Amino acid sequence: MFNGKKVIAIGERDGIASPAIAACVQAAGAEVILSATECFV
Amino acid sequence: MDLRTQEAILRAVERHGKEHLIVLLGSPSPESAEIAAATVVHGDPTYAGPLAEVQLGLPVFHILEDQIREALDPRLYEEQVGIMETVLDKAGIVLALQRVRAQLQ
Repeated sequence: MFNGKKVIAIGERDGIASPAIAACVQAAGAEVILSATECFV
Repeated sequence: MDLRTQEAILRAVERHGKEHLIVLLGSPSPESAEIAAATVVHGDPTYAGPLAEVQLGLPVFHILEDQIREALDPRLYEEQVGIMETVLDKAGIVLALQRVRAQLQ
């Protein structure tokens, strides 16, 4: 599913942060082209 | 969704195109997941950001959805995501994403 795909990872501080998403999909063969973690306070 | 994030998404799509592109969310609730998903599909629902009235129609999923989990390394998934899977409203988040994707068809 992720091999050769480009991923935009939009995480959130109170949920799953984008570096965690990025680590998982990169290991599955995806290229992360944008990684951002939002923070609503 | 944060206005700077919307701007970054718009620039990334302009630079890389939509082909082979997937958006993956880590939103903590069904409500925030639905707003984030709707933003990259239909445009910013608040009409405040750069994606207002910009219908990107991107394929969007949440990291907690089973079809995503099954495509990832189980050990790494458990290490990076596992704890949050037990505390977030996974069922509600999945339904929210399904609602938004259904509107794409």
